[in-house]
Amino acid sequence: MATVSFNVNGEVRALKLDTRTTLLDALREHLHLTGTKKGCDHGQCGACTVIVGGQRINSCLTLAVMHEGDSVTTIEGLGTPEHMHPMQTAFVKHDGFQCGYCTPGQVCSAVAVLDEIKAGIPSHVTGDLNVAPELTNAELRERMSGNICRCGAYSNIAEAITEVAGSPA
Amino acid sequence: MKSFTYEKAHSPAAAAAAAVRTSDAKFIAGGTNLLDLMKLEIETPSRLIDVNGLGFDKVEMTPEGGLRIGALVRNTALAADERVRRDYGLLSRALLAGASGQLRNKATTAGNLLQRTRCPYFYDTNQPCNKRNPGSGCAAIGGITRQHAVIGSSDACIATHPSDMAIAMRALDATVQTVRPDGTTRDIPIADLHRLPGDTPHLETTLAAGELITSVTLPKPVGGAHIYRKVRDRASYAFALVSVGAIVQRDGTGRVAVGGIAHKPWRVEAAEAEMPHGAKAVATRLLDGAKPTRDNTFKLALVERTLAAVLTEAKG
Repeated sequence: MATVSFNVNGEVRALKLDTRTTLLDALREHLHLTGTKKGCDHGQCGACTVIVGGQRINSCLTLAVMHEGDSVTTIEGLGTPEHMHPMQTAFVKHDGFQCGYCTPGQVCSAVAVLDEIKAGIPSHVTGDLNVAPELTNAELRERMSGNICRCGAYSNIAEAITEVAGSPA
Repeated sequence: MKSFTYEKAHSPAAAAAAAVRTSDAKFIAGGTNLLDLMKLEIETPSRLIDVNGLGFDKVEMTPEGGLRIGALVRNTALAADERVRRDYGLLSRALLAGASGQLRNKATTAGNLLQRTRCPYFYDTNQPCNKRNPGSGCAAIGGITRQHAVIGSSDACIATHPSDMAIAMRALDATVQTVRPDGTTRDIPIADLHRLPGDTPHLETTLAAGELITSVTLPKPVGGAHIYRKVRDRASYAFALVSVGAIVQRDGTGRVAVGGIAHKPWRVEAAEAEMPHGAKAVATRLLDGAKPTRDNTFKLALVERTLAAVLTEAKG
């Protein structure tokens, strides 16, 4: 057993855990924040995506005890049913999901993707590495490739993200 | 997952010394590959030494005009570094061709080099695998081998090294800095870091027990067109069937390293002399001695054609 303390959605949480506990299981099983989903549990599907220290990561592939003092934002921290995050509103408007299982991960990833583009981080499809990347449909699709949607809502997800980013798809 | 003790390392030498005291200890940094393998009980360390606090998270100029990349620099940060984008575009391109945004935010420079093969028979613990269980045999040989090695393989193992970044590091003549359990340090040329499988495919690198990578150094920039072309079954987020990393100068000379075909980044300096004569001449030398399987003979032609596309792109 080990102890760890980190900030989740603005609240400091202290936990006593088996060292094997992933951040994903700490969030879901110990803090009962079940918005973050367990899909493959191997970093292949993106359903567990959360934002730690401003960066999106797969919460299934990191140990909770490695996050002492970190700030974690889950889907519950982005918005609530009464006060949805603009990305959540856009997903609803554009039918960016069907079964909804991958959606929390998609939304967390999408919010972080817009920050990554703003920060000038290039992607595999960026034409010129020495020019700030643009927010194109090709850029969004490449950057969101770590979030799999079994229902295939990809085109609507891309439209939702594009609307939030404030430029046409 | 097997249970383990967890501790944070406070100095590199102490981390290396701690790792050698427990024979099945492992360093953990990004953890994206190690935890995946621990969940499957392919990796079963009894002691995890977290090296994230050691401060090797900077990219700095060297007195020689090159770059020293801290072992803990994340793949995203390295690909986005202004100097890397400007002077070592091949490295940015290779990093961005690998994994997903989420994984690149976690994965480190050293961890990327040390990641293990994605051979499905290595991952399937019901199958014999000389890499996972030395002496048990190789289920890949005679199995489904579309993804496997075509050169440098052995009767014991036909797995490939999965890294894109390592292909760029090999073409860029990187060196790897380490600290050993006795506190001494050394430089290892990237060409000498990874081993071919031979009779001991479970030994993947030339690192000694407990030896910790602290940085990776690039020599000063060599100019030229930097191109990384990766051929895979999906447009994104998939391992390479074949990848070609090249630096091509205006006179047609240059360097090339190939991924997806061997147990280590594949570069044959003698083949590079053929670069002004075109892809076929280079590929013939590069792939001399290849032993493809029925399923992956296509990789030989794919290397040549991918290289041809790269050389065409280099001409602009």
